[in-house]
Amino acid sequence: MIRDITLGQYYPANSILHRLDARTKFIGTMVFVVSVFVFHSFFGYGVATLFLAAMIVLSKVPVKFMFKGLRSIIFILMITVVFNIFLTPGEILWHWGILKVTREGLVVAGKMAIRLTYLVIGSSLMTLTTTPNQLTDGLESLMKPLSYLKVPVHEIAMMMSIALRFIPILLEETDKIMKAQIARGADFESGNIIQKAKALVPLLVPLFVSAFRRANDLAMAMEARCYHGGGGRTQMKPLKYKGRDYLAFLILAAYLAVGIVFRVVGL
Amino acid sequence: MGIIRASKLGFDYFRYDEEGNEEEINRAIDGVNLDVKAGQFVAILGHNGSGKSTLAKHLNALLVPTEGTLWIDNMDTAKEEDLWKIRQKAGMVFQNPDNQIIATVVEEDVGFGPENLGVPTEDIWKRVDESLEKVGMISYRKHSPNKLSGGQKQRVAIAGVMAMHPQCIILDEPTAMLDPNGRKEVLKAVRELNEQEGVTVILITHYMEEVVFADNVYVMDSGKIVMQGTPREIFSQVDLLQSYHLDVPQVTLLAHELRKEGVDIPEGILTIEELVNALCQ
Repeated sequence: MIRDITLGQYYPANSILHRLDARTKFIGTMVFVVSVFVFHSFFGYGVATLFLAAMIVLSKVPVKFMFKGLRSIIFILMITVVFNIFLTPGEILWHWGILKVTREGLVVAGKMAIRLTYLVIGSSLMTLTTTPNQLTDGLESLMKPLSYLKVPVHEIAMMMSIALRFIPILLEETDKIMKAQIARGADFESGNIIQKAKALVPLLVPLFVSAFRRANDLAMAMEARCYHGGGGRTQMKPLKYKGRDYLAFLILAAYLAVGIVFRVVGL
Repeated sequence: MGIIRASKLGFDYFRYDEEGNEEEINRAIDGVNLDVKAGQFVAILGHNGSGKSTLAKHLNALLVPTEGTLWIDNMDTAKEEDLWKIRQKAGMVFQNPDNQIIATVVEEDVGFGPENLGVPTEDIWKRVDESLEKVGMISYRKHSPNKLSGGQKQRVAIAGVMAMHPQCIILDEPTAMLDPNGRKEVLKAVRELNEQEGVTVILITHYMEEVVFADNVYVMDSGKIVMQGTPREIFSQVDLLQSYHLDVPQVTLLAHELRKEGVDIPEGILTIEELVNALCQ
């Protein structure tokens, strides 16, 4: 169940997208997300689809990985679609009691579905082609200006990367505790949702205790290795924009310009 | 003058009740004197709760003594301003390999220490290469630590400390969570560092087999150092060791029992070969 989440699942491959700077990819994803909301006609979505398809091909990541991330939002997607279909006022196409389907509702629902799907696929594309570490490094560097406002940028990035390192360890631990409890007669499978949730309590307690113990150990290990915050630290892999990054920025600017032009022209 | 010197070291763990009053004082270290020369391989033995881990944390200035003084390379660990220099001089490897690896890639973890020290980027790479080479983990540099065995993780942790160029490395029960193979791997790496690089090693353990190679052995019990000497001197006192809840290596025990039964062999036999030689004379 927990393993389905694609977020932070790096797919190793040797593509131009993998080699781009994490900051470029992050900004690119932002631009794409913005563009999905700037486009508001199905013709515009056609352009976005072309762009996304081109990126997927460039990334050399199998397409099925893109859709894996969708599984986790399918519920939200369905609720959005249903609500939009039935609750948008407009020209009534079909009705049954108080339920009515409008032409506008169908259009809005379709657009929302496309937007949500593209949002998830767009961000999966980034996480699939960027290692979590590159991503945190990139975020840290992008958020640098915030540190003048006393935002603990380095600390936030460090927390993120440690969280990423410990997710698989804690998953494994959950598995171990679960098996140990199943071996002693615990039942995680049967019953309704409430009973299942209750069965998880004895699982969460030891998991939390062990997570705190780990955190304590890790903090000590970091201190023993002279960690004292971001000040005076150097980087083993400093980020540097290369030619391909500038090219990517050009393409992104052109893409966003197309989006804005479409919006202005009203396409 | 030794690289690590302790004089009348004492440390109390305080336990507080709900109102914040001292409820109980636990004396974890009591009047410990140490003098370790640079380049030595020193082992500290003791059963659970004997204060050996607390002592280890003092050597890295993670804990500061409540009594007495501890000098690392002539720097007093109680002085705040030398803290980072002390931690760079005396690196520390902990028991649980999972809880001391910070990064998601082996080489980045080894680079973590030098990054904290503010070493320039090219030097970090050089140090990472060297340290991984020294512990024989260079071919795993791009791997995720989650996919390594316990012994390999512990070697990565040792490389992480070595990359900080310490003069002395403290290992706090580094093999307690490993299988026999992992234990061998780690000990081999540690011995090579001591012999080839001249790094001072402080090995804290309760496995007697691991201290056979040490230059000097300290035995701790309830916070005090109760025995001190070469492994041979220590292991020749089997009964005393057993009174401190420590098991001697099996060969030594066998030799000890044989001697008690009247077989003419010397005390303090450490390896199978020695016993064979002694018996065949």
